Amino acid sequence: MNILVCIKRVPATAGHIALTPDAQDIDTKYLGFTISPHEECAVEEAVRLIEKHGGSSTVLTLGPEVAIDQLRDAMALGIDRAVLLQTDGREWDPVATADGIVESVQADRAAGLDYDLIMFGNESADSAGYQIGVRVAEVLDLPCVTGIKALEVDGAAARVRRQTESGWERAELSLPAVFTVKEGLNLPRYPSLPGRLKAKKKDIERRKPEWRDGGLEKVRLKLPVQASHNVEMLGKDGDVGVELVELFQRLQLLERR
Amino acid sequence: MILAFTEHVDGAPTALALEALTMAHRLAEEMDTPLESLVVGPAGATAAGILASYGVTTLHVADDPRLDVYAPAAWGQTLVELVEESAPALVIGTASDRGSEVMAHAAARLRLALAANCIEITPGDPLLVTRQRWGGSLLEEARLKGEVKLITIAPHALTAEPLAARTDVTTRTWKPVLPEKDFRVRLRPEVQADTGKVSLAQARVVVGGGRGVGSSAGFVSLEELAGYLGGAVGCSRAVTSLGWRPHSDQVGQTGTRIAPELYIACGISGAIQHMVGCRAAKHILAINTDANAPIVAQADYAVIGDVQKVLAAVNAEVRKVKALPVG
Ligand SMILES: Cc1cc2nc3c(=O)[nH]c(=O)nc-3n(C[C@H](O)[C@H](O)[C@H](O)COP(=O)(O)OP(=O)(O)OC[C@H]3O[C@@H](n4cnc5c(N)ncnc54)[C@H](O)[C@@H]3O)c2cc1C
Repeated sequence: MNILVCIKRVPATAGHIALTPDAQDIDTKYLGFTISPHEECAVEEAVRLIEKHGGSSTVLTLGPEVAIDQLRDAMALGIDRAVLLQTDGREWDPVATADGIVESVQADRAAGLDYDLIMFGNESADSAGYQIGVRVAEVLDLPCVTGIKALEVDGAAARVRRQTESGWERAELSLPAVFTVKEGLNLPRYPSLPGRLKAKKKDIERRKPEWRDGGLEKVRLKLPVQASHNVEMLGKDGDVGVELVELFQRLQLLERR
Repeated sequence: MILAFTEHVDGAPTALALEALTMAHRLAEEMDTPLESLVVGPAGATAAGILASYGVTTLHVADDPRLDVYAPAAWGQTLVELVEESAPALVIGTASDRGSEVMAHAAARLRLALAANCIEITPGDPLLVTRQRWGGSLLEEARLKGEVKLITIAPHALTAEPLAARTDVTTRTWKPVLPEKDFRVRLRPEVQADTGKVSLAQARVVVGGGRGVGSSAGFVSLEELAGYLGGAVGCSRAVTSLGWRPHSDQVGQTGTRIAPELYIACGISGAIQHMVGCRAAKHILAINTDANAPIVAQADYAVIGDVQKVLAAVNAEVRKVKALPVG
């Protein structure tokens, strides 16, 4: 089987977010970058499926040249082939992004590579539009399940499960299909050193999709206002056990004696 | 006209659907245009009683026996058909799992932009929206263009507020034209066995552990405290990545959102992606060796010290109070 995994390069923000002076982006001067967590699980799942069923795996991202780092991270985990849909670094909206991906899938198809499975993250960690996977599936006329947390493939049949607000749901469908996945689908492996070295040497195919106005345009970013509040320090002088038990009782989480 | 895609359970609109309707009605007033609602499945017709208090004038009920089981593409097509025939200015849905998915299917088929997880909307053309990124720890102001504007409302961006005056709701039931291929995906609910455990999302107390807990064995003391307080154990992504706890325990942007009375964060630094998962907690107690850890500034109570030492003292004291055997 042939699998395509679509990933996104996002900054590895931690304790707080700082913005660039023009408020167009997160200030990433002091930050590393990573694959969005949901997509990390999509990469892992693709590698496992190919290990089990045979076939080929491709990783794709739409982004600036530096996004090859994330493509190489995916190849270090065992993905065979990588495609970069090169942009000038500006953010593309969901319609433009999905169109770019569709064109790349069609180009692969024309070259004889047809995908049985196309995987995405349920939403990217940063812009979180919740729609790229569905849009790609719709244009390619493929069935799509979003937010899956379990996947079993048996020939051309797939069984998926997902967790929603109203509990677990399951579906059975036949491949080819598009799935968007959530973290928890699996526990991604750490890349091995030989894996990393091999990934460094692999070719990356570059394609230049044409930007189009998809109708959603970022004006500026801003940080939510946070109400300031006080922190009460406990256990400084007295017995920390006694003080915390008093706190639990004050909050009526533990009965008084 | 503004069209609200209203999710319901047996005719009762979901809590998030009522929030979206509240937002939709405010906009309808500002734009001086009627508010209509779409429910999928015949049971949705009984929603009219509640929707009358949210300013809805027409309720569209999509009826087809095949819509009994949730089929995302078919629900999306139902919305597409109604949009094409009634040409609303705006379609408003909820950013729930289903809402996001149905709106995405409809947007793709209509070749229209969709702004997800909005918390503010200013009428106009283009429409101005404020939407959530990074699970809500960052906001984006954006322009939304298109003949029909599609929007999902972020959970708890506003409080659902019924109106004092009820509207007369006209109910119209119709059968959308749905090709068989829109039923390739049908999602059936799974009956979950009752484990008797308090669920993370519902727990009144969550004792969460991070890398500072030290090992998977280190969670024994957290389990013990959670047991005494009738709570659940949670963890950070560092902990799930290390394989110390299952992902179902993870609190945060890519884990579970919790809303307990008290969240006890043990050896957790307080990364933004973790904090978006616990910002609905009424009180946060941080236990950390580092007084400068971001979590400390965001907590209501903090103890600076080693997790295991602090928890050992607390568990011993709770045992005393509960008159349980020592150790
Ligand atoms: C896109 C994205 C999504 C993410 N989603 C999530 C998510 O859903 N949930 C999540 O949690 N994270 C998420 N993360 C990861 C997040 O950024 C942090 O890396 C993670 O939360 C850190 O976990 P931690 O606090 O346990 O570890 P660390 O940041 O390493 O912090 C450990 C803390 O323990 C303290 N400590 C150490 N030893 C002790 C001791 N003996 N006693 C007491 N305290 C001690 C330290 O002072 C420190 O504050 C995400 C990251 C990205 C990029």
